[in-house]
Amino acid sequence: MTQNFEPKILGIFCNWCSYTGADLAGTSRMKYAPNMRIVRVMCSGRVDPQFILKAYKEGADGVLVAGCHPGDCHYIEGNFKTIGRMQILEKMLAQFGIEKERFRLEWISAAEGDRVMHVVNEMTTQVKKLGPLNWKEVSRSKDIGHCEEPKATKQSPLNK
Amino acid sequence: MTNPRIGVYVCHCGTNIAGKVKVTDVVEHAKKQPNVVLAKEYKFMCSEPGQAMIVEDIKKEKLDRIIVAACSPLMHEKTFRKALEKAGINKYLFQMANIREHCSWVHEDGAAATEKAKALVTGAIYRAQYVEALNDREAPMNPATLIVGGGIAGIQAALDIADSGRQVYLVEKEPSIGGHMAQFDKTFPTLDCAACILTPKMVSIGQHPNITLLSYSEVEKIDGYVGNFKVGVRMKARYVDPKKCNGCGDCWQKCPAWRVEKPKGDKKVVHNALTLGPTKAIYMPTLQSVPNVPVIDKKSCIYFKNGKCKICVKACQKDAINHEMTDVVMDIDVGNIIVTTGFKTFDVSKMPQYGYGKLPNVISSIEFERMNCSSGATGGQVLCQNGEAPKSIAILHCIGSRDKEHHEYCSRVCCMYALKFAHLVKEKTGAQVYDFYIDMRAAGKGYEEFYNRLLEEGVRFIRGKAASVTDYAVFPEEEGKLIVRCEDTLVGKVRRIPVDMVVLCSALEANADAPEFARLLKLCQGKEGWFTEKHPKLAPVSTASDGIYIAGCCQGPKDIPDTVAQASAAAAQVLTAIAKGKVQIEGVGAEIIEEKCTGCKICNDMCPYKAIEFDAVKHKSKVNDALCKACGTCVAACPCGAIKAKHFTDEQIMHEIEGVLYDAKL
Amino acid sequence: MTQKLKVGIYWAASCGGCEIATLEIAENILKFIEVADLVLCPCIADFKYDDVRAYPDGYIDVCFFNGGIRNSEAKEIAELLRKKSKTLVAFGACANWGGIPALANLYTKDAMIERSYITTESNDNPQGTLPQTSYKMPEGELHLPKLFDSVHKLDDVVDVDYYVPGCPPVAKQIWSCIEAIAAGKLPPKGSVIGVGDKSVCDECPFEKKTEGVRISKFKRPHLEKPDLTKKAELNNKPQCLLEQGFVCMGSATRSGCEAQCLKANMPCRGCYGPAEGVEDQGAKIASAIGSLVDSQGNSERSAEIVAQIVDPVGTFYRFGMGNSMLRVKKL
Repeated sequence: MTQNFEPKILGIFCNWCSYTGADLAGTSRMKYAPNMRIVRVMCSGRVDPQFILKAYKEGADGVLVAGCHPGDCHYIEGNFKTIGRMQILEKMLAQFGIEKERFRLEWISAAEGDRVMHVVNEMTTQVKKLGPLNWKEVSRSKDIGHCEEPKATKQSPLNK
Repeated sequence: MTNPRIGVYVCHCGTNIAGKVKVTDVVEHAKKQPNVVLAKEYKFMCSEPGQAMIVEDIKKEKLDRIIVAACSPLMHEKTFRKALEKAGINKYLFQMANIREHCSWVHEDGAAATEKAKALVTGAIYRAQYVEALNDREAPMNPATLIVGGGIAGIQAALDIADSGRQVYLVEKEPSIGGHMAQFDKTFPTLDCAACILTPKMVSIGQHPNITLLSYSEVEKIDGYVGNFKVGVRMKARYVDPKKCNGCGDCWQKCPAWRVEKPKGDKKVVHNALTLGPTKAIYMPTLQSVPNVPVIDKKSCIYFKNGKCKICVKACQKDAINHEMTDVVMDIDVGNIIVTTGFKTFDVSKMPQYGYGKLPNVISSIEFERMNCSSGATGGQVLCQNGEAPKSIAILHCIGSRDKEHHEYCSRVCCMYALKFAHLVKEKTGAQVYDFYIDMRAAGKGYEEFYNRLLEEGVRFIRGKAASVTDYAVFPEEEGKLIVRCEDTLVGKVRRIPVDMVVLCSALEANADAPEFARLLKLCQGKEGWFTEKHPKLAPVSTASDGIYIAGCCQGPKDIPDTVAQASAAAAQVLTAIAKGKVQIEGVGAEIIEEKCTGCKICNDMCPYKAIEFDAVKHKSKVNDALCKACGTCVAACPCGAIKAKHFTDEQIMHEIEGVLYDAKL
Repeated sequence: MTQKLKVGIYWAASCGGCEIATLEIAENILKFIEVADLVLCPCIADFKYDDVRAYPDGYIDVCFFNGGIRNSEAKEIAELLRKKSKTLVAFGACANWGGIPALANLYTKDAMIERSYITTESNDNPQGTLPQTSYKMPEGELHLPKLFDSVHKLDDVVDVDYYVPGCPPVAKQIWSCIEAIAAGKLPPKGSVIGVGDKSVCDECPFEKKTEGVRISKFKRPHLEKPDLTKKAELNNKPQCLLEQGFVCMGSATRSGCEAQCLKANMPCRGCYGPAEGVEDQGAKIASAIGSLVDSQGNSERSAEIVAQIVDPVGTFYRFGMGNSMLRVKKL
């Protein structure tokens, strides 16, 4: 089953370095695995650990957060904050039983299109090896048959 | 609240997208998503008819959210936002799905690319449900401009802008402006004298009423944003007061210490890139220095070594010399910045096979330039170290260029300056010239013709990169010579060519302090260290930072005509911005919801721009709009969700995440 | 005279603290019994489930339900009380988000039973007897509730009208809720009541500096004492415990408790749950604390500091595990 398994990986990329780097991979026609979907934020400092948990909950098999190299942040040191946050999150993910290969924080500059290619390919291979995460199934309760959405999302127009 | 009405447009981009992604499938998929009123496909969405279609649909179908699935938002977001404005709806109600750079161009498998495109479009649709109209703000545009780097690029840009009546601050880190061009003798292919064409411009800089020249100065700090930059410039102590000095030269004539000593013993000539020949501790950087004021080299000055001497002070009749002078930091306010920091030449000693630094008479191209220059050490004569004119010279192309060990790129100017060298050698010494090249790159007006001329002048061109330079003689005629070893690829043989002098055509490379400078100005650097333009073709002098432009070799190797053209282009961009008079500041940014803020102050320290102020009376934090740059770091840090990142709200991002993973749910 | 309110108080997977807290309304209890009759409260009087089953639907005006849903009994009674109550209130952290018992979601049911019945140091269970859902006796078969795989919050199993958080809710807030209910002045269904609208920092006796404070060492409250001599410039209050390196949940926790723990120099444990609109309290405090780590842009340096945070999940989701985004451990 895992042989045909195509992981879904969420990428959260900062606008100035990593997103531009991914654009460069595109303009350079580098080829990489189609498993990652990128969501753009202005700075990796915008990345709230909730986004990553949300992704797993929504069925992502892996999450890649990418920002400018420390010292090169477009907003001076937004990514300094990212470091601490993501390290605490990594500890938490381990406690939740999520394998460390499923989460990655990478520094990718606007010039490193090849790095986007390399990281996505590597991560896709690693996550493929681990198999699906399938958090819906993990958190589904056999006892009560379902798991309610947390309160805050209940009023979403999408859930209407 | 009524439901949003979403229009989705999927672009073929010719075959760029449609060649890989099944656009029709994506359109059909989009139609099924919540609140999507219509979904269409078109060959080129960015074209006039593409945009007109959006405008028409907005009016006819009362659409209030537009999604275009096409290229990167960094490419065309602005284009489509304009279309929304044209149709009378807020430009922030627009969302792009990047299905070209992030999808069709990077994936082999069409089916997988189509699935990914669907997911990216779904993310955009989910996000679009929550986007809000925002208002841009306006700020005044400071009409003054800062130009960093006083080479030919900076000089040209400064004059263009100053001539239009605007204030320019030109910062140059060396004691004189002029840059590399001021060190050259002749310029290719016309062979006009560099000094003759540059000096008048340099002088204009010094005299222009609208130009404040800050030589021997460096940019230390930059705050603010387009239209309103605050720049801190450190003016290094030159120990000579430019207001008093008249450039008479009494000081350096009397100065007992040497910065560059006279050649001793057998050495009749010093090959040195820096020199005007031997110079004293107090010296004039070049004969045409602007400003025409000497500077004291602290390292060689006796006073700075042992606290005694000051002979120069006594010699100066204008009382202009002051050893107690200190650095001064000056704050200047400007609206735009042009970066023209140029390049440095590749350190040829990194390639020991050519013997630079070990073998006498193996010299770098810039040293050869200086030697040819009438203001250089030899007064323009081509001489070996022993003071004799060489009878044969080898010119080696591509030292550090087109070499995966060093720089993969072609430095663009070396072939041409090598030809110029060959010509100068022929003209001055009549020596035999051997020119070792990989390919002769002579693309430019009059360049190929120049090459043909050199062929006729009898230069011996050898196609093949020189392998090494040695003084180990194998044959009697090689005794006392430098021997260049090379595979002559046209003949198909390895050759040994004995010569008296070897010139290494060193590559152009990014300045050593480029990373530091890039950080200071928020510029991007490419893999090779050159500053990156906003778009390689359509925005070659703009950068990702609004209000900051680049011109000349700091962007990549180029010759003087290209540099000057770029500098004028950057000046034109700046003048356009100044003419507008105002800066549009995007409506994005952080906003603290007052009712929710407890005043825990965690956000206060997140902001690198100090845009968050604490109101001690209300015990709440507040964002200063003018300073906020919308990074969102405070938003993620706020532990009770009291800060909203306009256009990047939690809600918008969370739903985009849900959308791009729509197919991951079981 | 209008009819007295019929009030029920029920405990599911809980410790009884909520009932004790209710008693802390002190002399107000006299006012309470003037307006209300207690029709169910297993903590203080013997009520049979059959008695409740016998009530007509909607018989109970307000039911305060505390405790999480740990087993089949809790689920069954929650469903029963939903039917019998006009208004069902999730009362206390456990009913709101699973509370402390939901930390067991990080373990399997089997591992938990083994720890409880076999490996706990004070156990004396040489035969390894484990609880069973049914047991045959000469008198007939006994049935015990089935333990669920994980702990759920009340609104995972039934529809909830109001939420009163806290471990336990503080007496003052409880009384204000009772008053509001008695007066019929209730906000829209689904609201969190008996709370403030800010974070615990609002009522905290400590104060943060405005600038330049980063955490380079994390401290634990049972190993180190907070320094009360350090004062914040703003108002001369002692310096914020988070700034001093204690993992304090206050900034990510809804106000309403009057910062009782902090007044006793203990960092906030987060029992009043996330602020309005925040989905995941643990992730949010991780983000805030992570931002304050004195990384200086250096991952190794940062990692050393972060390593000092012991058990982040247990600390950040001490009460909120059952409502967190991930909710359980992947096993």
